[in-house]
Amino acid sequence: MSTVDTAEAQEKELQEVESVVIRFCGDSGDGMQLAGTQFTNVSAVFGNDVSTLPDFPAEIRAPAGSLAGVSGFQLCFSSSEVFTPGDEVDTLVAMNPAALKTNLRDLKRGGTLIVNEDAFDKANLQKAHYGTNPLEDGDALAAYRVHKVPMTRLTRDSVEGLGLTQREADRCKNIFALGLVYWLYDRDATPTEEWLTSKFSKHPSIAEANLRALKAGQNYGFSTESFTVHYEVGPAALPAGRYRKMTGNEALAFGLATAARLANTELFFGGYPITPASDILHELSKLKHFGVKTFQAEDEIAAITSVIGAAFGGALSVTASSGPGIALKGEGIGLAVMTELPLVIINVQRGGPSTGLPTKTEQSDLFLSYFGRNGDCPLVLLAAQSPADCFDMAQEALRLAVNHMTPVFLLTDGYIANGAEPWPIPNVEDLKPIKVVHPTEPNANGDGYLPYLRDENLVRPWAIPGTPGLEHRLGGIEKSDGTGNVDYDPKNHQHMVETRQRKIDLIANDIPEQTVFGPESGELLVVSWGGTYGAVRTAVDRSIKAGKSVAHCHIRYISPFPRNLQEVFGNYKKILIPELNMGQLRLIIRGKYLVDAKGFNKIQGKPFLVSELTTKIDEMLS
Amino acid sequence: MLIDLVRTLITKKRTAAIMSMTDVELPVLTAKDFASDQEIRWCPRCGDYSILAQMKKVLPTLGIPRENIVFVSGIGCSSRFPYYMNTYGFHSIHGRAPAIATGLKVARPELQVWVITGDGDALSIGGNHFMHAIRRNVDLKIILFNNQIYGLTKGQYSPTSPLGKRTKSSPLGSVDYPLSPLSVAIGSEATFVARSVDVDIKHLTMVLERAAAHKGTAFVEVYQDCNVFNSGAFEFASKKDEKVENCIYLENGKPLIFGANRDKGIRLNGKGELEVVGLDEVKEDDLLFHDETSKEPAHAFKLARMRWPEMPEPMGVFRDIKKPTYDAAVQQQMEDATAKNGGGDLEALFNSGDTWEVK
Repeated sequence: MSTVDTAEAQEKELQEVESVVIRFCGDSGDGMQLAGTQFTNVSAVFGNDVSTLPDFPAEIRAPAGSLAGVSGFQLCFSSSEVFTPGDEVDTLVAMNPAALKTNLRDLKRGGTLIVNEDAFDKANLQKAHYGTNPLEDGDALAAYRVHKVPMTRLTRDSVEGLGLTQREADRCKNIFALGLVYWLYDRDATPTEEWLTSKFSKHPSIAEANLRALKAGQNYGFSTESFTVHYEVGPAALPAGRYRKMTGNEALAFGLATAARLANTELFFGGYPITPASDILHELSKLKHFGVKTFQAEDEIAAITSVIGAAFGGALSVTASSGPGIALKGEGIGLAVMTELPLVIINVQRGGPSTGLPTKTEQSDLFLSYFGRNGDCPLVLLAAQSPADCFDMAQEALRLAVNHMTPVFLLTDGYIANGAEPWPIPNVEDLKPIKVVHPTEPNANGDGYLPYLRDENLVRPWAIPGTPGLEHRLGGIEKSDGTGNVDYDPKNHQHMVETRQRKIDLIANDIPEQTVFGPESGELLVVSWGGTYGAVRTAVDRSIKAGKSVAHCHIRYISPFPRNLQEVFGNYKKILIPELNMGQLRLIIRGKYLVDAKGFNKIQGKPFLVSELTTKIDEMLS
Repeated sequence: MLIDLVRTLITKKRTAAIMSMTDVELPVLTAKDFASDQEIRWCPRCGDYSILAQMKKVLPTLGIPRENIVFVSGIGCSSRFPYYMNTYGFHSIHGRAPAIATGLKVARPELQVWVITGDGDALSIGGNHFMHAIRRNVDLKIILFNNQIYGLTKGQYSPTSPLGKRTKSSPLGSVDYPLSPLSVAIGSEATFVARSVDVDIKHLTMVLERAAAHKGTAFVEVYQDCNVFNSGAFEFASKKDEKVENCIYLENGKPLIFGANRDKGIRLNGKGELEVVGLDEVKEDDLLFHDETSKEPAHAFKLARMRWPEMPEPMGVFRDIKKPTYDAAVQQQMEDATAKNGGGDLEALFNSGDTWEVK
């Protein structure tokens, strides 16, 4: 459904651009996440590569119009491959003064600024701490192409006659803004129209109002003098195939359910609601018909311990949380290490310490996950690198847990949990099932069963209740190797502590070797992990194209490290480890490999900008 | 006790019926088959020995294969229990046994899962899990060994120690008001609540059998003597000639009568309070009658408030009502979802939501 007559449309210039960064921002009740999500969908369906960054306050509804209540959604869509939601914003949509104030600094000079001028009244200006109205101050916005649009009034006009209350009418203004931006970037609005119709199928007048607001926005762009140019971003040359938009948390849920289904085993997920991990629980609870049992526990401790009980019972067992919740789970994770039960702990990292920045991203839980238990308490630790990668890593975490009878930490962060990217839909036949084995026969002389009789990889068998003759007891007290009986003997304790560590070390033989992007040797190796992948890859790529001797090593396996990692480090003169923390991976790497790795550390609750990284790379090379 | 006898007979008949249905005779197990090869390391004359012995006697009568029974415990003297049973077992961490057991039972509803805990484990560090397991009505049998003291850490007061109790950590007497485990359980809407005493072998056996037969969370408080740090705390309920004067042995549908000569009873007075009356003054019909199936928990709660020495303490089953269990409800939702959506088609899942084709 096109809103623009072709003959007339030609009057306005259509320019082709490679990639665009848009940010929608407004009050947390203004529907900015929805507008951003719809724009992402429409662009993805069109064939652009996309990357998104939702940015919302921890308060569900901070006071309307306040600086604390501003919610934003940034996305980059492109005709070439993109790894990040972009450094600088090309087009900023600001629904009120507070949104303008908190977001303007990210708009590039010469960028397009679209504001809802109706919201710039005295009260809202005051709440945003503006002394004068920036829309009337010639200098304040001189560096930008400003479009003052009376969105509230135009939206109300467009829905007139539908019998909506003013409040209901005003709630459509995000869709008006969306319509305007659709026109600006020559988007086909059909997916959004379909979505609105189905979303409000039970409220036809609301559906109609939104459709009218969408069209009014498009028409406004087309017909007013204010906009003389609009832009076109061609489809990206992604590999052929079917794609789906995927956020990190969705991908985790899909990956876990897939692993369980392929293994023909039930998945037990125990979780306690916490930002930004709750969506994993939400997504999984919709997948009961895949054999997924979800348990909303009374607290974080019950979440991990219920999972330990389920693992003892033979289920593929998973819990997920974020910083404060992971801190509470520490004792339980120690029990899982001691009893050598397979389970996965997903840590969707957020800003810390304590409650910290619940809705902002950070990488500061590496130490907590790696070390955060009493005793020498090793486990496997993986980190997903992007939203779509979460699908693969969820399966990989379960595979390593089951094959090596160990708890596995899978680290993601708020950025990849909520961010979205296109996911090439895999063929089900190409996915490898995890092999789950529960012994049914005694494994010792006579008819005994030894729960800690280990194989060549030091892995113990996973006999489960209900199996006659294999009755045994597990527990948190140090135990005798083989029998699992309580054992306080000093030499046995040293043997068991070393054995638990050796078992994890041996897993290096069951994970891929470390690969490097860029030259195999050279001046500088940039080492990263987790959600900084996209920014670091883009920065290194740009530096290589600028003729610099730099390569990128992105580590997805942190415990154990890939077996060739030391060799990789030896091929470069300098090592830089950018992290969204004070240098946690750096400390581990320096301790383990005695390399003089330098850090670049940003702790602002925001991802790296590519430009920050290229600047640092230049500095390291000069 | 007639009712219990009938129940036991019914259970035995049912077991026989199952055996004939499957054509495979279940091996006849004895208490010995439930003993593990581990040396028992409780202190001499600890009340735990008796509870362990009664449990080993009760399990073979249930008709449940040994491999389908699991004992989960937390931390404390009582929590060593699973090591001494030749079933599946899990000696876990402090206070968390109900949560571990919940995960296990939800994952594997066909297992019979017992939780062994103590007053510190269940009511102090594990209070939250205890309460939530009960309110969900997970099909668990929770046996709380209440010795009113921290034994494993060598003698600090516990959440059930009486006010004024002098211990290592309360040399001037505890100023903590104690908690009544039964009140907490009943307040959490427990569907089965009972109390017994470690050395009252017959009574304890009966209570454990009733707990095992209950579908849903069965909560049993066992008064257990800590011979080392709190010796004699429950003499009033264990000494042969004294206990009948100090305790009321609850029988469903019967009036509350006690005393060696069965000459005293409990009446609800005009103020709604319970009082002790002599049967020479009051007729049996005017006494309070025990109804363990009462839907409202108020009756059981009132009984739980009766504490010696002010009142005789009730022993036996306070409450036993029917209510769907959590684990069964979870299972049902799984089955309903599968019936409605089919058995999980991955291809359909992958292609749900916003998808597009790149050519």
